[in-house]
Order: sequence, then structure tokens, then C-alpha cells
Amino acid sequence: MSKIITKNLDLWYGSFQALKSVNAAFEANRITAMIGPSGCGKSTLLRVFNRMNDLIDGVRIGGEALIDDLDILAPGTDLVALRKKVGMVFQRPNPFPLSIYENIVFGVRIRGARVSCGDLDAIVESSLRGVLLWDELKDSLRSSALRLSLEKQQRLCIARLLAVKPDVLLMDEPCSALDPQATARIEELMRELKRNYTIVIVTHNMQQAARVSDDTGFMLLGELVEFDRTDRLFASPRDKRTEDYITGRYG
Amino acid sequence: MERHFDTELDDLKRGVIEMGTLVERAIARSIEALKARKAELARGVIEDDHVIDELDLHIDDKCIDLIARFQPMAKDLRLITTGMKINAELERIADLAVDIAQRTLELVDMPLLKPLIDIPKLTAVAQSMIGKAIESFVKEDAGLARTVVLTDPEADRLRNEIQRELIDDYMVKDGSTAPRAVQLLLIARFLERICDHATNIAENVIYMVEAEVVKHHPEKLTGD
Repeated sequence: MSKIITKNLDLWYGSFQALKSVNAAFEANRITAMIGPSGCGKSTLLRVFNRMNDLIDGVRIGGEALIDDLDILAPGTDLVALRKKVGMVFQRPNPFPLSIYENIVFGVRIRGARVSCGDLDAIVESSLRGVLLWDELKDSLRSSALRLSLEKQQRLCIARLLAVKPDVLLMDEPCSALDPQATARIEELMRELKRNYTIVIVTHNMQQAARVSDDTGFMLLGELVEFDRTDRLFASPRDKRTEDYITGRYG
Repeated sequence: MERHFDTELDDLKRGVIEMGTLVERAIARSIEALKARKAELARGVIEDDHVIDELDLHIDDKCIDLIARFQPMAKDLRLITTGMKINAELERIADLAVDIAQRTLELVDMPLLKPLIDIPKLTAVAQSMIGKAIESFVKEDAGLARTVVLTDPEADRLRNEIQRELIDDYMVKDGSTAPRAVQLLLIARFLERICDHATNIAENVIYMVEAEVVKHHPEKLTGD
């Protein structure tokens, strides 16, 4: 089942067209990797899905982007609800300068809903269990999140998303600041998470895309050149531009 | 963009060409030993097989090294995995040349059963198929590889003809010919197996070039 669908999606930054009629379907409970050279539009596409591009002056968008069949580009879309449903993980982990506990409950608190302490504790535990950190951190929940290793900070940032119960996790180069062992652990976590979430990852690391994703899209100059099952795209790409890029001949 | 990796892939191709050359030579020598009844030549094929075995290991190592160090994708990946498979097929062909040489050693001390006509024909088919299969790999020519696959029925036909003649015209009529006829039957069988291995090489080349699996799908060969 398609969780996210784009139809003839265009996006301009001023006069520069960053996305050109992108048509794609992102399946639920799968990991989709977006690859392509710098400036190809892959991060821009990712930011369409939680309307992060709205924060940039001069952005114009055409076409449709549907999540669960609802057009998230439509006027009147509840952006708070959208961003709760579609969480984002960034290149560098960005925990708040608060305790581990407060980082996780932050999203729940700012929603303003009255939640009991017991419920908050339960949310913290389930979120940390979701990123396989509970056993390690359960006795240091009041410590500063900034004292964690980069990998654990990144896991904590993912736990912070899980606390507000999203459907979709967008990951923009989530491992680029991590060493190979930490990267491997985040990738294992992604495989765990896809049981319950739809994951879209942008990565420059083709081996990572090949290892971790179920589907892969290759973008070039704002165009979605090819979108296929990962095993097919990396073994037998149909488009010569994809072939040239993944074999290092592009440019 | 020039890639260092292309130099490495060229090295791999050169290794496969060398392997193919050695294998073709082993077949030619084993059949020449049979035709000329030269035991020494047959023994030479058996003794020299270790050179092919060593090259087989070297090419396998090269392929594994390229995969480990360069993490190839797409056509590069298909070229290396195909190179490994072709290498294995060629090594098996060399073993069949050794088998022919061993049968020849059994035959050289016995009187000639009959003039050899169809076995040299089948040998020529086998050598042509191997040569074209290797060339199709080096030139990445799926069209040439298809002609190799489509030649295989001719090899089967010749093998059947040899078999029919040896059984019906010799073994049935005169049981005393059996020890020699059986050796020739085996040699024909080995040559036909060599053609099967050449066919496998060609099928792998088609996959390498077109990403199309034709193995076990004969209908894809002619587009029927």
C-alpha cells in the first residue's frame, strides 16, 4: 500500500526549479532510499513531506503530495498535525540541551494535552525501547542528553519522534556524522522501525542505500530518473544515467 | 570520467582470455593426441592442468578482491560475477580435456577402431563455441553470445550421430569392439559437455550485457 504519493510534483526556489514533475509512490512499512548527486533535489523532496520547505522564502510548489490519500499541500493543512505524523531526523543529531527524559517528552508537553506523570514515564520507556536504548539509559534519564555519544544522540532524536507517534520517519543523511559501527547500529534500528513506520532516507552513501532500503529512487537535476526495488536498481538499472551514477561514471 | 576501476576490470578480462586460451589449447592437444595416437601429448594435457587450476584460483581471488574493495554496482557487478562464473566453466572444460586425454591413453595401445570423422567435427564445434563465448564476454557482445547458445543443438546432434554409429555399426555387430567404442563414446560425451559449458558462458554473457536471464528460458533467446 502506498503511504506517500507524489503526482507531477514541481518545486521552485525563486526561478530555480528544484523538483521537476516528480511522480513516485512510497510504500508503507518499507524503507525507501533517495540517492543522487548534491543538489539533485532529494532533500527538497524529503522536506515536501512535512512541509519544511514552507520555511524558505520564495518557494512555490505545484502538483500533489498525498499522505494516506490526503493532499498535504492543500491550503488549510494542519501543519502541526502533519509534522507530528511525519517526523524528521537530520544529519547531525540535534538533542535539546535538556535531560534525556525531557527531550523525549518535549513534543508531548508542547501539544498542551494533560498527560499524567505515569503516562509520561510510559512514553519515555516505550520510546527508548523503540530505539533499543532503554536498558542502557533507564538509570540515567535525568542526565543531559548532550553527554551521550553522537550515535546515542541520534537514537534519542529518533526516540523523541516516536514519542509523538508518527507514521512516517524522514531521515536526511542520518548517519553522515557517525562512524561505521554506529552507522551499522542505526541501520539495524531502521530495519526494526520499518515494521511500524514508513521510512524515507536520503543518503549520499550508495552502499548504505543498497544495504538498508527496500526501494530506491535516483534523482538528477530535480528529476526522478528511476524508482525501483533496490535489488533491481543496483544490479540492473534501466536508465543509463542511473547506471553511470551508481558505477561512479557520472560527471 | 576515467576510472581506475576500469583498469582493474581490464585485468580481469585479460585473465579470462588467458584462461580461455589455455583451455582451448588443452582441448586441441587432447584431440590431436587422440587423432595422432600420441600418448606423450595426452600425458602433457594431464600434467599441464595444474597451470589452469592455478589461474582459476587467481581469477577467483581477483574477483573477490574487486568486490571487497570497490563494492561494484550494476554492470560492473554483473561483469565481475559473470567473470567468476565463466572462470568456473572454463576450469570444468579443462577437466573434460583431461578426461579426453585419459581416454586417449586407454586407446593408443589398441588397434584403430575406425577413422575419426565426426569427433573432429564435434571438436571444431566445441572450439568455435568456446572461442566465440570468450570473445562475446570480452567485447560485451550479447548478439555473439546468442549465436553460441543457438549452436548447442548442433553439438547434441553430432554427439547423437557418433553414439548411434558406435553402438549400431560396431558394438551391436561385434562385441569385441566395445572396449574401444566405449572410450570413443565417452570422448564424444565429454565434447558435448564442453559445448554445454560454452553455452553456460554465453548465457552468462547475455545476462552481463542485457541484465536478462536466458538460462532456463530458451524462449527469451529468440524473442519468441
